Amino acid sequence: MKKYNVVTTISYPKKGAMGKTGNWRVFKPIFDKTKCVKCLRCWIFCPEGSIKREKDDTISIDYDFCKGCGICANECKVKAIIMEREGKK
Amino acid sequence: MTIMIDTGNYIAAKAAVMAKPDVVAAYPITPQTTLVEGIANYVATGEFKGEYICVESEHSAMCACIGVSATGSRTFTGTSSHGLLLMHEMLHWAALARLPIVMCNINRVVGPGWNIWTDENDSISQRDTGWLQFYCSSNQEIFDTVIQAFKLAEHQKVSLPVMISYNAFILSHTSMPVEIPNQQVVDDFLGKRVPQWRLDVENPITFGNIIGPSGYYKVRRAMQDAQENAKKLIPQIAKEWKQKSGFYHGDLLELYKCNNAEYILLSMGAIGAESKVAIDELQKKGIKIGLARVRTFRPFPNEEILKLGKRADLIVIDRNISIGLEGALFTEVKAALYGKSDAKVYGFIAGLGGKDVPYTDVEKICTKAISGKAKEYEWYGVKEV
Repeated sequence: MKKYNVVTTISYPKKGAMGKTGNWRVFKPIFDKTKCVKCLRCWIFCPEGSIKREKDDTISIDYDFCKGCGICANECKVKAIIMEREGKK
Repeated sequence: MTIMIDTGNYIAAKAAVMAKPDVVAAYPITPQTTLVEGIANYVATGEFKGEYICVESEHSAMCACIGVSATGSRTFTGTSSHGLLLMHEMLHWAALARLPIVMCNINRVVGPGWNIWTDENDSISQRDTGWLQFYCSSNQEIFDTVIQAFKLAEHQKVSLPVMISYNAFILSHTSMPVEIPNQQVVDDFLGKRVPQWRLDVENPITFGNIIGPSGYYKVRRAMQDAQENAKKLIPQIAKEWKQKSGFYHGDLLELYKCNNAEYILLSMGAIGAESKVAIDELQKKGIKIGLARVRTFRPFPNEEILKLGKRADLIVIDRNISIGLEGALFTEVKAALYGKSDAKVYGFIAGLGGKDVPYTDVEKICTKAISGKAKEYEWYGVKEV
């Protein structure tokens, strides 16, 4: 990747450039594969790309970068994703 | 080389087009209008081969220039007074992004009341944006400074935007003969822009993302270093231009008859040119006085002004006023001397609202200061109430 010498507000793309933003989370999405109907609405709506589409069209969640906004749980029509407060146990 | 007899605005248009910017984005405002009209005419004749974007405001003009410059292209714009003030936010943005945009600003009064004549309050009020600021006093100087400005702005040790100011009507609408070099000379002098950074799909970056306190601090410091670098590069680039074109406009201060002077007058822009006549007249009367016309307000020529203050008393004429204090040049001249010179410094406000300042007035100002009758700071030509 080409780097520039000038001192200004340039940032270079890399995974986790801003750190693991998953630690901002207050509520955590919990996925229940048995309820999933593979509609992929959660995958489409996740604003952070933290939902990974698996080969069988179910999903997994990247907790390193999921900020816990809850959009996936809100969009899921079969309640296959629910939000739980972090550190509940 | 050809001689072109034309107004300051048409000369600036000629210079801008000869620098071959990829894009010009501008919005017309009196007295800048004929500058952008001039460039539009070069679009019609085919002489200007870049893109011309007619935007809906000056804020948009500066935004367009920022976008263009961020892709690594060369860009130019022009404005005046309220137009410059509408750009204010984006002027900071352009400088912090280190984008070498070149812009002419035709010094015009800020309203209300509605007044299209000249004073410097528009550009002086933009002094802390990080832009380099030049003040011209002839059409030849406008031409040479616009060409040199691209080289300076794009220099890897500067990489900051440059504003070239000249007086409304006195220069913008007054014809003078100007020597125009061949296009090849300008091409050889400027070359292609080598951007210090650019938005490039092959090498993706994010620009203007969140930046913490220590990172931001470094960005500001780097801008300051760049302006300091410009102090050395301005005369260097001008010398190089002189070798190619034969003209020299390149010192931070233009000194006129300052040898053995006991008093030195400092002023900017057209008053600086008018003052030469006053200096001639005063010297005929045996007064040891010279002139230092301030060409660059940013970077400010501290060191050169201190040299003058070590051998002469200084008289400063400001065609601007920092309301609540005094003229901006007066303040900064005193700051340059502070603790290192015991020269007397006299400040005069003159020519606000476009009030004419002929050489006879400059003579009267100087005579009053030299006679010891002037207060430390005065408004010339306004009856004290």
